[in-house]
Amino acid sequence: MNKKFQENLISNAIRIAGSSSIIFILLIFLFLLREGLPALTEVAPKDLFNTRWYPIEGLFGLLPLLSGSLIVTVFSILIALPLGVGTAIYIGEIAPRRVNEILKPTIEILAGIPSVVLGFIGILVLSPFMRETFNLPTGLTAFTGAFLLALISIPTIVSIAEDALYAVPKTYRDAAYALGASQWQVIWGVVVPAARTGILTAVMLGVGRSLGETMAVMMVTGNAPTMFSGLNSFISPIRTMTATIASEMGEVASGSTHYHVLFFIGILLFIFSLIINVSSANSIKKRTAKSRAQVVS
Amino acid sequence: MKAANDLDWGNPTLNKKTIQALGFTLLRLISLLTVLPILGIVVYIAVKGGSSISWEFLTAMPRDGMRAGGILPAIVGTFYLMLGTAAFSIPLGLAAGIYLSEYSNDNSWTRLLRIAIISLAGVPSVVYGLFGLGLFVLFFKFGISILSASLTLSIMTLPVIISTTEEAMRSVPYQFRIVGVSLGGTQWQTIRKLILPQALPGIITGIILGLERAVGETAPILFTGATFFLPRLPSSPMDATMALPYHIFVISTQVPGMPIQIQYGTVLVLMVFVLGMNLAASLIRSRARARRQW
Repeated sequence: MNKKFQENLISNAIRIAGSSSIIFILLIFLFLLREGLPALTEVAPKDLFNTRWYPIEGLFGLLPLLSGSLIVTVFSILIALPLGVGTAIYIGEIAPRRVNEILKPTIEILAGIPSVVLGFIGILVLSPFMRETFNLPTGLTAFTGAFLLALISIPTIVSIAEDALYAVPKTYRDAAYALGASQWQVIWGVVVPAARTGILTAVMLGVGRSLGETMAVMMVTGNAPTMFSGLNSFISPIRTMTATIASEMGEVASGSTHYHVLFFIGILLFIFSLIINVSSANSIKKRTAKSRAQVVS
Repeated sequence: MKAANDLDWGNPTLNKKTIQALGFTLLRLISLLTVLPILGIVVYIAVKGGSSISWEFLTAMPRDGMRAGGILPAIVGTFYLMLGTAAFSIPLGLAAGIYLSEYSNDNSWTRLLRIAIISLAGVPSVVYGLFGLGLFVLFFKFGISILSASLTLSIMTLPVIISTTEEAMRSVPYQFRIVGVSLGGTQWQTIRKLILPQALPGIITGIILGLERAVGETAPILFTGATFFLPRLPSSPMDATMALPYHIFVISTQVPGMPIQIQYGTVLVLMVFVLGMNLAASLIRSRARARRQW
């Protein structure tokens, strides 16, 4: 009786604790809504879609911040996509084991470097380099941020893309080799196309990392809320949504309009990340189930 | 046989071997380009920061508005935050991982739970900061404190601990469970006495990796627990605290005339902290793999 009682107690405790993640994600959304939705009544929606972010004068146009986040994210992925996917292909398909024993831990190290450290390096090394190379008034630019974001999203891209390549059934490769294909033709013509959904997922999650990253971007992009204005924007200071929250939240009075708008930006970030992660999770699940079925049959 | 070699795999005018050689060289270059900046950063910080590290730097309080003396309060603060995060996230994460691996069925509730975990893993760190401010600092009135910051970091760390625990539990062969129950053990006894010990190295690795991320984060503690200057060490969980990542952010962007050596030294200390945990995790993982008998 006692044993049964104890067993029930423990299994119920595990069940409750086990489901806590659902409660937490709901709580996060609830509190963002609670503090962020008043922004919609205090600032007219059309003023939120304005091109001026100047809270001191009551101007809360979010477009420059959306534009800033978009510029650095797109540019960081343009750098991280070839590097990340290329490295994943090299690790998964070509590199000898001894090389991988160095490559893989090195990329794990990158995943562990705190973003504030990358920001620090950005300020000290990358930004002066940018200023001198392009002869700019300041080296704190969108490109400087994009470069750091690329470093931050590379570990994610490499590990998911590597899994995707690994999940391609051996029979595909064997069939291509039997037809006389070279190793390169197998990789480029068979394995990579077969893994494309997974590679796309890897890139999506990389976008998620870039979009949500805060400290490194805040430290090196100059934090000027400007709109996208052609190619010049890449070498000008910009400001992202995340950096705006991080740099301004400490100075606003809780309950003010500015405070509510910062939470509203948080709601937008939360929704973006939710869409990216849930849709990637679905494609990962489908792919592994499918490839397992293919291996078995 | 001729047909096989003439198959059109791409550009037929270039020799198959030349293309392969070019392709491989390209991928080698790409991998090198990816790895070099990483090694460069680590070596750069080790070299530049090495000379700042002294016994005084590690164990003394700061002086002259942070421009001299040591960084003891930031090191201790980071340590407290790690302990606080561990205290909340390990029990919850373990329970959730065990639940997913041993108790859950493949029903819609479990699928919802998995979506929740994936979503938690993707929430931007600064949004965790906002949430911690809204719930712990203001709603529960814990204030800017170690408690609020640890709770915020715990929820952020949870998905890592849950998924590594689940994976480690699932990798224990099913026979262990059959043996446990057939010896008259209850499900919990089987889990605790047979499966958990086998899964432990994997779980510990996951916990260390989760805490490693928490220790290096700045954005979640910006408005929940971090403070730039504390003339003494925090004495209770309700105190605000200094922390290495936040300290690096402030001294490299907000304080004019900050001696560069203190900046490099602080960065090096955080890197040693974080990469040491990384190393410990890989050592535990590889030793457990070597010892495993199934």
